[in-house]
Amino acid sequence: MMEKILDRGLTQDEALIFEKGGEGRKGYSLPRWDVEETSASNVIPSHFLRNELQGFPQLSEVDVVRHFTRLSQWNYGVDSGFYPLGSCTMKYNPKVNEEAARLPGFSLLHPWSPETLCQGVLRMMHEMETFLAEITGMDHVTLQPAAGAHGELAGMMMVKACLDRRGEIRKKVLVPDTAHGTNCSTSTIASYQAVEIKSNEKGVISPDEVARQMDRDVAAIMVTNPNTLGFFEEHLGKIAEIVHGKGGFVYCDGANLNALMGIVRLGDVGVDVVHINLHKTFSTPHGGGGPGAGPVAIKKELAPYLPVPVITREDGVYHFDYHRPHSIGKMKAYYGNFGVMVKAYAYILSMGGGGLKRASQMAVLNANYLMKRLKEHFYLPYDQPCMHECVFTDRIQEKHHVSTLDIAKRLIDYGFHPPTIYFPLVVKGALMMEPTESESKENIDRFIDTMMQIAEEAEETPDLLRQAPQRAKVRRLDEVLAARKPKLKWTG
Amino acid sequence: MDDFIRYIPHTEEDCRKMLETIGVRSVDDLFRSIPEEYRLTKPLDLPEALSEPDLLRHLQRLQSPIFSEGPWSSFLGGGAYHHFIPAVVSALSSRSEFYTAYTPYQPEISQGTLQAIFEYQTLMCQLTGMEVSNASMYDGASSLAEAILMAYRITKRKKVLLSEAIHPDYRRVIQTYLDPDQQEIVSIPYRKQDGRTDYAMLSNLLDGDVSSVVIQHPNFFGVIEDFRGLGEKVHQSGGVMVVGFSEAVAYGILTPPGEMGADIIAGEGQSLGIPVSYGGPYLGIFATREKYVRNMPGRLVGETVDLEGKRGFVLTLATREQHIRRERATSNICTNEGLCALMATIFLSTLGKAGLREMALMNLSKAEYAKKLISGSRVCRLVFVAPTFNEFVIRVDGEAEKVLEKMRKEKILGGVSLARFYPELDHHLLVTVTEMVTKEEIDHWAEALEEALR
Repeated sequence: MMEKILDRGLTQDEALIFEKGGEGRKGYSLPRWDVEETSASNVIPSHFLRNELQGFPQLSEVDVVRHFTRLSQWNYGVDSGFYPLGSCTMKYNPKVNEEAARLPGFSLLHPWSPETLCQGVLRMMHEMETFLAEITGMDHVTLQPAAGAHGELAGMMMVKACLDRRGEIRKKVLVPDTAHGTNCSTSTIASYQAVEIKSNEKGVISPDEVARQMDRDVAAIMVTNPNTLGFFEEHLGKIAEIVHGKGGFVYCDGANLNALMGIVRLGDVGVDVVHINLHKTFSTPHGGGGPGAGPVAIKKELAPYLPVPVITREDGVYHFDYHRPHSIGKMKAYYGNFGVMVKAYAYILSMGGGGLKRASQMAVLNANYLMKRLKEHFYLPYDQPCMHECVFTDRIQEKHHVSTLDIAKRLIDYGFHPPTIYFPLVVKGALMMEPTESESKENIDRFIDTMMQIAEEAEETPDLLRQAPQRAKVRRLDEVLAARKPKLKWTG
Repeated sequence: MDDFIRYIPHTEEDCRKMLETIGVRSVDDLFRSIPEEYRLTKPLDLPEALSEPDLLRHLQRLQSPIFSEGPWSSFLGGGAYHHFIPAVVSALSSRSEFYTAYTPYQPEISQGTLQAIFEYQTLMCQLTGMEVSNASMYDGASSLAEAILMAYRITKRKKVLLSEAIHPDYRRVIQTYLDPDQQEIVSIPYRKQDGRTDYAMLSNLLDGDVSSVVIQHPNFFGVIEDFRGLGEKVHQSGGVMVVGFSEAVAYGILTPPGEMGADIIAGEGQSLGIPVSYGGPYLGIFATREKYVRNMPGRLVGETVDLEGKRGFVLTLATREQHIRRERATSNICTNEGLCALMATIFLSTLGKAGLREMALMNLSKAEYAKKLISGSRVCRLVFVAPTFNEFVIRVDGEAEKVLEKMRKEKILGGVSLARFYPELDHHLLVTVTEMVTKEEIDHWAEALEEALR
């Protein structure tokens, strides 16, 4: 039995939008009719026309506003509080960046507006490429991919295009066991077979293991650096030599770049391709699952294969170059998630080189502080200094039949977003925590105190964890039912 | 300038205490695991940090003069449309509980995002006549490419019959996504007379090797495709019928593709409340038949109940996805376009049943009005005879780029020159007329066009 039912805050119920409103109610106002209304059936044969939008809502504006306001109140964002979701870099999203992206000369600009009237935006994109190349130590950047996984695909396609042109058919990609799931599926989609590389007892890849697996059938190694255990791949330089020695490429998943800015550049460590998540390192919001942006930075050798168009600058005039015969093509219509680029550009300009370095330093300071103070209470599988994130497990709490999931859900009752759980897969019952530089010492202390409290509860009142959360909008949800009998839309 | 510290709360005293707890002397010591020889010894070569007001001043100067120094009249479309967006869309999607949240992995504190996606999935099914919609893809182009990959997973066949009347960027993305060792694209031309896909040729090529037949409706020329009966033929040959689109507002009046034999619909949702924003972020819509749900790419939200029997929503059928299935996943997509899907949900909830229909009719009516003005011209003419929605192709007696340049002097973006995409269509413009241009602006456009060709 539960010890006690905690008080819930004010949480109101809200029906689905389709269960509200009434026939004839209206919440819109369109431009006035200044041309004669064409009867659709006069110009389009009636078999191409529908009678009505069956099921669509009929609401007044205030109904819509209350509905979505209420839904928003059931959510938790970075603006709500500490969000230590590992590998996701949930740092603060500055408000001025949102305002910047809404400037009418950006947000109302059609992608096929004439270049002569878009010189400022082309300059911004060109500068953005230069900034990202400098931060990563690479030669060229494409801003086109819409997200990290999309960037991975663009990067691996460039690698494949280069190998194809050399006349080399390679079949495999080496992927460490600590990798993000996207790395493996990207390899498949880019027509490669993912081959797993085991990380060593220190949680990093050893050059010997790479040397053992590396041959002329391997197109590339995909490394996340720092990796998902929060460690810098300290042998990456040596690994790059081994891979390059057999004609392969080093792909780096830059999801964790937030640990490295101004401290080390991946290009200087032998990386040939790296994607960058603007929605992680460069402060653009995640939007509850996108939009993000996943620019890819490359070394010179891969430049002929960049997606089109490439932005060029000649005599101070910016231009989209589509005439690139070896290009992999296009990843996306137009030029990428421009609105996201504006926000990241604004962030880089607000921070400067010094600010970015400070951000990385404080992110790493926060993670090490968190790790140090928590390791007496939670099991730390790799007890060594970390970079931007650290990984604990439920091994101590397991004795009391309390799991990682229970710990995560109990954090919700205390008003925190849980860490990433059960990832990376190499750690059983992982709790992966990334505080980012946005959190002050007192915020982290409060989180640590809460975690200690939870560790104590796990021993003394474990039901409180097993029954958690009790203070959220809903209790634990039946995910098995959802998958067994999928109900994926409202049917009335 | 160190104004950036407004985003980083650490005081010197905080740092000192934290370092002491960790047991190191300096911040630099935290980076000892990075071999010395790799560490950067000089500062990053980036501009000096800007204060907030200086930053805004700088960005304001980079804006395009179009709209920031308006008013301009825009007749540009071709996959990105300037539609009215009610103020509620921005006001509600700007609630930071929505936009500063991550993908809803922890459903108990993400019910807002989850319920909104469930509503989005429902609206997309209603709009397109399909049975299951996912939570969004990157954009119309990548969504269509993923549809073709899905058809390949279902049929394991090689050939893709791809209409040339599909948006040229979409076709380029499809070409990029497909592995030529596995799949072969066969282009189906458009008919010179009516601008529709050549269905006679398509039917001839439809055989047991065809994985998918892919058209866009309305197509890139704004033309309403007549694909009645095609779905059945495709099914008989064991293939998958894919219908793409770039102008979702058209479905305010057009029969949804789901009722016309489509197995997968994949297109662009930018028209539904998302600003044109120089090409992104947009909204990839993707929906299919229930029987194919396990082959679908992307995230899905499903309804379930909590411990107390209360209705709630969760991400579901995740065994298709990369974080579970890894190299055998249906797609590598992870982050999608969640906030854009939310914007479309708010937009459609506000316009509702009557509003989307009225908006669509207004687009049709204004485009028809513009077509009428052209039909009397001696220097330009309508090219395709088939019915159109809100855009159409005209041929001008002059160099298209020059004509557009002259019209710009009148602050009119007169259309999109088609020569870059279809070399045979030099002297041709794609003209788009949405509800956002007034009758007066259309008159002015027609006059300026005549003037430019004089």
